[in-house]
Amino acid sequence: MEVFKHDKAIVGFMKNAKKVGIFSAFMIIASLVLLMTKGLNYGIDFAGGTIVQIQYEGKAPIEKVRETLTQNKAYNGATVTFFGSDSEIAIRTKNTSKAVDSDVSDDMRKLLAPTGSFEIRGVDMVGPSVGEELRTKGLLAMVFSILGILIYISFRFEWRFAVASVMALMHDVTIALGALALFQIDVNLPILAAILTILGYSLNDTVIVFDRIREGIRTIKSTHLDVIINESVTRTLSRTTLTSLTTFFVVLTLYLFGGEVLRGFSFTLLIGVVVGTYSSIFVASPILMWLNFSVSGFRENEAAQVKRQKERDKQRAMYEQGTM
Amino acid sequence: MGNLNYRVVVFFFAFLFGIVFSIPSLTQSFSNDTNQTKDSNSTGKKITLGLDLQGGLHMLLSVKKEVALESKLKSIGTSVKYMLEKEDVVFDNLKIDNNLVTFELLDNDDLSKVDKFLLDDFKNVVVKKSKITEGTLYSMSLSEALITETEETAINQAVDTIRNRLNATGLAEPTVAKQGKDKILVEVPGIKTAEEEQRIRSLISKPAHLQMMAVDEDRANRVYSMTEEEAKQYGDVIFPDVDNKERKYLLYSVPILDGSMLTDAKVGHDQKSNKPEIHFTLNGQGAKIFGDFTENAIGKRMAVVLDDVVYTAPVIQTRIGGGQVQITGNFKEREAADIAIILRSGSLLAPVQVEEKRSVGPSLGADNIKASSIALAVGFLLVIIFMIVYYGMAGVIANFALIANLFLILAVMSLAGATLTLPGMAGIVLTVGMAVDANVIINERIRELLHQGSSITKAIEQGYNNAFTAIWDANVTTLIASVVLYFYGTGPIKGFAITISIGILASMLTAILGTHGVYQWILPKIDKNRLGFWFGIKKEKGAK
Repeated sequence: MEVFKHDKAIVGFMKNAKKVGIFSAFMIIASLVLLMTKGLNYGIDFAGGTIVQIQYEGKAPIEKVRETLTQNKAYNGATVTFFGSDSEIAIRTKNTSKAVDSDVSDDMRKLLAPTGSFEIRGVDMVGPSVGEELRTKGLLAMVFSILGILIYISFRFEWRFAVASVMALMHDVTIALGALALFQIDVNLPILAAILTILGYSLNDTVIVFDRIREGIRTIKSTHLDVIINESVTRTLSRTTLTSLTTFFVVLTLYLFGGEVLRGFSFTLLIGVVVGTYSSIFVASPILMWLNFSVSGFRENEAAQVKRQKERDKQRAMYEQGTM
Repeated sequence: MGNLNYRVVVFFFAFLFGIVFSIPSLTQSFSNDTNQTKDSNSTGKKITLGLDLQGGLHMLLSVKKEVALESKLKSIGTSVKYMLEKEDVVFDNLKIDNNLVTFELLDNDDLSKVDKFLLDDFKNVVVKKSKITEGTLYSMSLSEALITETEETAINQAVDTIRNRLNATGLAEPTVAKQGKDKILVEVPGIKTAEEEQRIRSLISKPAHLQMMAVDEDRANRVYSMTEEEAKQYGDVIFPDVDNKERKYLLYSVPILDGSMLTDAKVGHDQKSNKPEIHFTLNGQGAKIFGDFTENAIGKRMAVVLDDVVYTAPVIQTRIGGGQVQITGNFKEREAADIAIILRSGSLLAPVQVEEKRSVGPSLGADNIKASSIALAVGFLLVIIFMIVYYGMAGVIANFALIANLFLILAVMSLAGATLTLPGMAGIVLTVGMAVDANVIINERIRELLHQGSSITKAIEQGYNNAFTAIWDANVTTLIASVVLYFYGTGPIKGFAITISIGILASMLTAILGTHGVYQWILPKIDKNRLGFWFGIKKEKGAK
């Protein structure tokens, strides 16, 4: 089966670069506004607090639970929501307790006893100091992976490629974070993992396109970057779309079947796969253009490198033959 | 058949390796029955399931350092008092306050004597002197080095003690380890009921500070009217009774002996009532002190105090030699057993507190396994079908690489004893989506070359060549992100980083080297007139 015909004409991606740029700028600004107004909804991993997951026999009497909790001083601010099914609820509170031998689940067992027969399936409690530590670590993880990637790509390509790919990356992450703010998803550790996966994934896509552009610079005669980009992006279009599709499939199955715990994680990835694919096709290459990447400059550089290498080889050969 | 080459041989062995070493993990069938894991221990190394998959209790504890420092200061105070008395120094107002041990030296002639033993016997203690109207005021504090050492000892000792206690319960494979500089990680898998969890928590939390203390019989009748402050002035403390909190005892604050002189503790039964009681054995020194004390205190009461609560306070009838002592009380069988465990395992220098706690019930763990397995199966099937439909035989070859990849992830994780968590399962699912990427890139390159009219051999060789740098660079960048995630992530997230990293590395082997080998091997079989079947290309007469 072939969806992307080989003889299909080269698509003029660069012609639309401006429109795409405006669209992306709009998305980024919208995301930033969302992040500033609504803000990220930090879950207990980062904000500290307690979640108790309770499963009732039959439908959970959520109103009764809420009522019981509001009457109790300690759990006044607790929020109660259904969790995955209508027999399960999650109780979230800001309270944490340092005592080893007593805990929120013991309290709940007593407090909620009149609401029906239930089982406490899980308790997560993160103290404020741990939450802070996890936040710092999370931020450091982001910074270091971006830094590592930047260095690697500069080393393998050229600094403009590195900057362009990291800008495309920021674009993706910002929009993904914007979506998290829009839907007020609990930002916990798995979400951080998802964001870092998006980093890797989006880069993966961009690198494949850039690799083709690098190859195009060597093989395509034109010195116009836009021509080279158009052809290279067109050539990788089938791969980009296919891989994105397979990844999208599996992430979608995670979202649909992976259970409540992985829902936020897979949702973030879904957004990331879509945005990452879009950015590697439409966003990353134009940035290269705007950074004044010069095809002839790159070729001269490469030629000079090859020349130097040849010179060195020649000298070594001469040296080995004893002529020097 | 065909050209056997090193690539296909390596691939074959990698495949075999993957299957052989993932079998032990697969046969344990992701069940959360911990008994079963114990039984099949002999069959080979297996993947450990994270607590989020098998259920259990995860706690991150910290030690109340200030208590450890305080008790260190107290022991310095005690030794200073002992030394001063031994050296016949006249002193007054020995106090422990504000992280300082202070006392007043009344006769300045003793200065050199005091300075000498302070210098000799109290290393790492900062001593300051100041003149007062008559004599000298000494104030001693812990040096930075001693503070660090004390805190470190407190945490290391807490790790050992908690580990001993949990091991003694016979529960399945509890983990107790120091995490970072000042945290203790406790993981207990396979907890089934709330009572079990409660029991573990109380085992961990008890300081288990055992003391034998003499009752201050001279003032005992005033205990109910006395304040704690007043008691302190007499060198006494007031502790409540275990069964009846209203009942109080006035005890000399310096104990006769404490739990450090204990060698064993067991549950025994009272011969008449058959009630459980705790029998413990003292070491030689303890037995002697205890014998001497009881000899001189016949007719008086002696209290057995555990964590500042009086368990029993019998009247001493006769000298008790041999170092055998019992604690009686209204114990339940389980409670008595746990107290014996705690006494045997030693006391905590400082109490612990919870910083993070995650408890997953077995049913939730099972649900997590089920959900993620379904996601893995469905995602895997979708990708497999897609590859076959889109690429024909080339897709089948890619699928072999994908299956080998899955086995390799499991095998490497089993051998490394890595832990599979829920995010780790998600990582495997994601790897399935991303590992085929390499083959998509390669297949697209091969098709491109075939369309340009290359021969099949050339298309395959050049296709792999052209695709290599892209795949390599893309994988390295993903690997960078996941390695960083491993170092900065905790618990379940580490599991995600592990599966992704192994998946990427394995895909280099299976998807690039492996499939290349397979092509070279079956090359003579590939029919250039059936490119639709082999590479999913519609134009059947493309190649020359």
